[in-house]
Amino acid sequence: MATIIRNRQIIADSWQLLKPAAKGSPSSIPPAGDVIVPLALWREQRDILSSRAGRLGVWLDSHEEPAAIAGDFDRFALVAVNFTAFGDGRGYSTARLLRERYGWRGELRAIGEVVRDHLFFMAGCGFDAFMLREDQDPEEALTAFGDFSDAYQASAERPLPLFRRRFLASPDGMEWS
Amino acid sequence: MYIYDEIDQRLVDERVAQFRGQTRRFLAGKLSEDEFRPLRLRNGLYIQRYAPMLRVAIPYGLLSAKQLRKFAYIARTYDRGYGHFSTRQNLQFNWPKLEDVPDILAELATVQMHAIQTSGNCVRNVTTDHYAGIARDEIVDSLVWCEVLRQWSTFNPEFSYLPRKFKIAVNGSRADRAAVQVHDIGLHAVRGADGEVGFRVLVGGGLGRTPIIGHVIREFLPWRHLLTYLDAILRVYNRYGRRDNLQRARIKILVKERTPEVFRKEVETEWAHLKDGPATLISGEIARIERRFTRPLYQNLDPLASGYVLALTRDRAFANWVRRNVHPHKVLGYAAVTLSLKKTGAPPGDVTAQQMDAIADLSERYSFGELRVSHEQNLILADVRLSDLHAMWQEARALGLATPNIGLLTNIICCPGGDFCSLANAKSIPVAEAIQRRFDDLDYLHDIGELDLNISGCMNACGHHHVGHIGILGVDKQGAEYYQISIGGAQGNGAALGKVLGPSVAQAEVPDVIEKLIDLYLARRDSEEERFVDVVRRIGIEPFKEHVYGNHHQESADHSRQLAAA
Repeated sequence: MATIIRNRQIIADSWQLLKPAAKGSPSSIPPAGDVIVPLALWREQRDILSSRAGRLGVWLDSHEEPAAIAGDFDRFALVAVNFTAFGDGRGYSTARLLRERYGWRGELRAIGEVVRDHLFFMAGCGFDAFMLREDQDPEEALTAFGDFSDAYQASAERPLPLFRRRFLASPDGMEWS
Repeated sequence: MYIYDEIDQRLVDERVAQFRGQTRRFLAGKLSEDEFRPLRLRNGLYIQRYAPMLRVAIPYGLLSAKQLRKFAYIARTYDRGYGHFSTRQNLQFNWPKLEDVPDILAELATVQMHAIQTSGNCVRNVTTDHYAGIARDEIVDSLVWCEVLRQWSTFNPEFSYLPRKFKIAVNGSRADRAAVQVHDIGLHAVRGADGEVGFRVLVGGGLGRTPIIGHVIREFLPWRHLLTYLDAILRVYNRYGRRDNLQRARIKILVKERTPEVFRKEVETEWAHLKDGPATLISGEIARIERRFTRPLYQNLDPLASGYVLALTRDRAFANWVRRNVHPHKVLGYAAVTLSLKKTGAPPGDVTAQQMDAIADLSERYSFGELRVSHEQNLILADVRLSDLHAMWQEARALGLATPNIGLLTNIICCPGGDFCSLANAKSIPVAEAIQRRFDDLDYLHDIGELDLNISGCMNACGHHHVGHIGILGVDKQGAEYYQISIGGAQGNGAALGKVLGPSVAQAEVPDVIEKLIDLYLARRDSEEERFVDVVRRIGIEPFKEHVYGNHHQESADHSRQLAAA
């Protein structure tokens, strides 16, 4: 069984990721088991997908709008965002929007070009699960979360930017550092 | 100088460790060439024509004597004994070894320096006016706001992999000395009706392949909202900027394709969600950052008692230098001094390790141990006493740093060009030198007056050729190096893009063309006050074109006009 990183641990993963069907051919939906479906399939087959056995997740491609699924959050056990290339950072904004604007609280999984050197930033934007690219060493990847011990900006783990935390941390509301 | 606190320092140290790991994995074959590339670039490391090049950040151009000495040490230990100041106020080492770079970064971290985000598709080093904090026309001290932005942009997770590089400039004075109109985002400080500090926000300006003057998308952004508004702009760009074509990926293309008005609406819609959120700035933070800047302890000086005026009348060479290289200061009895890195024969912006050490000494003796790097690739001692000017000038002259050419034709902005850069179409340093040699008569140079001459070795426009009064662009013409010349560009408040004069010319002809342009200018100016660029604006480029490309009739007409004027 495949493994993923979730909450900074390597765990076995049972989810099956469905790719978009080739043009013209019908999508095949496995009768059972946990599936992550592309947005287009969710739009076409929402009734079938909602009534089947097994948990349901949806994945957004890098150009797809988080608003497209924001009204359906109660149907999903997982949302994934696809990174199409090493240098394509659109998914970072997608993640922040899902977390901060639309209030997705469940698992947010990065898929696609997910490599060690992106994990720290991905976590900062709200991802808590990572399906590493095949060639990545999961043990080595875990160390990425410790690359930096703090950040200037707000993040999923630190909802306030550093400049506000600095002031909160001092007893009289003044600078402490 | 902004002095790091414990967290600032820790983040820079952790970056060194992170990059050491990435380099180790690359050298061990665990990280592919393609994937190491964006990682090393965001640490300022390029693989250049002959060797790697390391670009070190000099945040908003501010540098201490200690840091400059560290550059000298690195230049000697890891490079070939010199460094190059770039037009973005950074320093470049041209010959480091890839495997040494983590050690170089560790050295830099000991003096609160780094190479973070000096390249790559992320927010680059924020630049500003080199007279920030000392200018008489100051609205705010932009250094403080630049540091706010440095922290906001450093390792910003959401904006780490933008479609393309992203450059922000902040100008804190009435006059624009930060080129805010030709940046991805330009911030020009303004005061609201009640004196509140805010920023005029320009977006989508830039040079390069598609030069565009930025559009104002907000006339007044109150300072508290600075970061949330930038988040909104960057988010719209990150999500919708083009990623299919490298040459269409800058924000200027997005703004142009959507129209500035539509883009502005999108930003405002995004901002409505972010406004007043956690990233809203608080006055305590601005005060905290202000306090972390060391400030010169100015004395009460009587400028008349300094002997400076007497020296001016007695020493003509000194007076010439003062006229060009000394700038007024907001504190009575002090002045800012530009050390020219544009001595004929030395590549513009280059400094040897020996000079670095000597300049560090000068700054400690005469200017509180601080320096500025200007986007014109010179160094500035910002706080020199008028009474020290004459002595300082003599020392600077002995070091070859007192060429009195600031604002003049030989103060050429010039990229490293084909001698170093793998992107270049043509060499630029030898062209600069040939022009400097042609105009080596100082009296003549002063008579020509203010003239910005900028040279880029390719379309990427690192030498800002579009905004030079005379711009020279290296082009490739069937494998040969040619130069396209434009005139009428300008930086500052009235920024303008130059117009191409005509067909490109061979390297050897460039000084002749410049000389012809100058001849015509001198013949046509109505007074010494009318600068080259003013004449171009008044009479247009046609007469210049005809004069350069041979229209004998026109030429003789100009000649007789010149004689008549003499």
